[in-house]
Amino acid sequence: MASKTKKTTKADALQQLEKIEDQFQTLQILNEEGEIVNEAAMPDLTNEQLQELMTRMVYTRILDQRSISLNRQGRLGFYAPTAGQEASQLASQFALEKEDFILPGYRDVPQLIWHGLPLAQAFLFSRGHFKGNQMPEGVNVISPQIIIGAQYIQAAGVALGMKKRGAKSVAITYTGDGGASQGDFYEGINFAGAYKAPAIFIVQNNRFAISTPVEKQSAAKTIAQKAVAAGIPGIQVDGMDPLAVYAAVSEARERAVNGEGPTLIETLTYRYGPHTMAGDDPTRYRSSDLDNEWEKKDPLVRFRKFLEKKDLWNEEKENEVIEKAKEDIKEAIKIADETAKQKVTDLMSIMYEEMPPHLQEQYEIYKEKESK
Amino acid sequence: MAQMTMIQAITDAMRNELRNDPNVLVFGEDVGLNGGVFRATEGLQAEFGEERVFDTPLAESGIGGLAIGLGLQGFRPVMEIQFFGFVYEVMDAVAGQMARMRYRSGGRYHSPVTIRSPFGGGVHTPELHADSLEGLVAQQPGLKVVIPSTPYDAKGLLISAIRDNDPVVFLEHMKLYRSFRQEVPEEEYMIPIGKADVKREGTDMSIITYGAMVHESLKAAEELEKEGHSVEVVDLRTIMPFDIETIIASVEKTGRVIVVQEAQRQAGMASQIVAEINERAILSLEAPVLRVTAPDTVFAFSQAESVWLPNYKDVIEAAKKVLTF
Repeated sequence: MASKTKKTTKADALQQLEKIEDQFQTLQILNEEGEIVNEAAMPDLTNEQLQELMTRMVYTRILDQRSISLNRQGRLGFYAPTAGQEASQLASQFALEKEDFILPGYRDVPQLIWHGLPLAQAFLFSRGHFKGNQMPEGVNVISPQIIIGAQYIQAAGVALGMKKRGAKSVAITYTGDGGASQGDFYEGINFAGAYKAPAIFIVQNNRFAISTPVEKQSAAKTIAQKAVAAGIPGIQVDGMDPLAVYAAVSEARERAVNGEGPTLIETLTYRYGPHTMAGDDPTRYRSSDLDNEWEKKDPLVRFRKFLEKKDLWNEEKENEVIEKAKEDIKEAIKIADETAKQKVTDLMSIMYEEMPPHLQEQYEIYKEKESK
Repeated sequence: MAQMTMIQAITDAMRNELRNDPNVLVFGEDVGLNGGVFRATEGLQAEFGEERVFDTPLAESGIGGLAIGLGLQGFRPVMEIQFFGFVYEVMDAVAGQMARMRYRSGGRYHSPVTIRSPFGGGVHTPELHADSLEGLVAQQPGLKVVIPSTPYDAKGLLISAIRDNDPVVFLEHMKLYRSFRQEVPEEEYMIPIGKADVKREGTDMSIITYGAMVHESLKAAEELEKEGHSVEVVDLRTIMPFDIETIIASVEKTGRVIVVQEAQRQAGMASQIVAEINERAILSLEAPVLRVTAPDTVFAFSQAESVWLPNYKDVIEAAKKVLTF
């Protein structure tokens, strides 16, 4: 009815917008009950791969719980909780190859760990020790970006570099719904599009940028549709559905390595915990009704149901993973504890390739101070 | 040897490095087909192709981030910020990101990026083109900041900057681009970053300066010579890290010093230099160290810039105060 009474004009910009927005629907493959609702989109994963993905999600949930309690005990520093975002984080990383390069946001430590960063280093990163940022050779990641969105444009650069090298790999980067408001977000997707660079841009839309709800970030109905402005493919997926996330990222990866350029993927997800452990109180800006509504969508719950029905998962398996995670964490904390304390002189020596004279002078002063 | 303007020497350095190292990439707004708004990249795309010399979308932050990413893939980016007044748009990429790449990655990664950018007054630009903002980048640990004053220095310093494995901000004074020619060797040569050059020797007073102010200072020194004063002019060439040793040697020789910068006075390089002199050579001083700078406004609208910019007369005025103290 509304459309009949609406005045039609020759330059109907509103109609253009509505047409575009209508086309951005959420891709879901596995529903909350653990049922496949979109058989056609089902990714090609073996039983072992499905089990491995579940293993990683369970492991990471335990890592999150332990990290929160270690933080409360004062044994970890900066920590951004991850529970709720496992499908979004881990299924996207699961679609990558080792040679792909990850440029994470501050909450994206789990992807780094599953891409090869030793757990002990993740803890050192949290504690504010530079060894936590010193990625091992062959682990193609950079430490989490703090300036929201800066990683997006760097990802365009890494991807362009890969293209120039003729590499069959991609650069993948993560930000959140708040990050999609930053200039660097737009510059990143636009540069990668203009150069047809093999990049995958993930926006984990967990609905809140610290406290600001996504509705206040933008008039856009979806973040995925922002891809249209850059002239690149964009898709919104159920970020609590590991199969949908995996499918979207694998397809984006395939297009990228085939020279078809970048993709923007919005994952609809939720962080159960606070923004970080440094005093954020989500009850100030989120209702418990909303929390409950999202916890019903939990990625582990639905994936567990799905795998149990296929007889690929059971309590025993789950407990094994939990025990393994706890042991690994204990061991990693021990390694972190045993790591030599960092010195200001260490930091001075990684400022430049060669220390300039003024810094050399200061180095001598701190060397003396630190020898006492 | 060829006679070159500074802009020709800059092009020559980039051509040399594009030939020398296949990882060198040159990019920015209008640097490709158009050869840059000042023609600094004239002919480079034709010679090296679009893969290596290319235009970017119009977004400074994007250009900086692109350079960081390309650096992570082993390239050696030479990016242009079309005018240094636009640096605010790319400040995070430059000062927040590439400056700390080596540090924040514990030495695992680095940003071997050269950021070329025109700046400097006296050429009647619109706003935010001519501003002297070198102090902003000089304050950031991790960055090196080079400002040549001659064609010869520009070529040797730019080659060093491109080969440096840390980010170097290479600022090109617009007024010097075509103001004079100089003999510049066609073959490659490097001038070390962090080394000053005594452009004129003297015994009565030292002028510490850089960029276009080197020429105002030299002119002042000539005038003062006529009145019997022997004035030394030290061209820093690199303002971070700057050559403290050469400054102090000159101060100890003459005992009288002025520091000249084109930038506004507040929190500038001149203050940093005066502080170093105070800490290291106060007993050699016969007079207070004076600064010659522009006043503390944003860069003057172009009709007022000839008064706003420090010139040789201002240098002479300060010099006389110090010489007669």
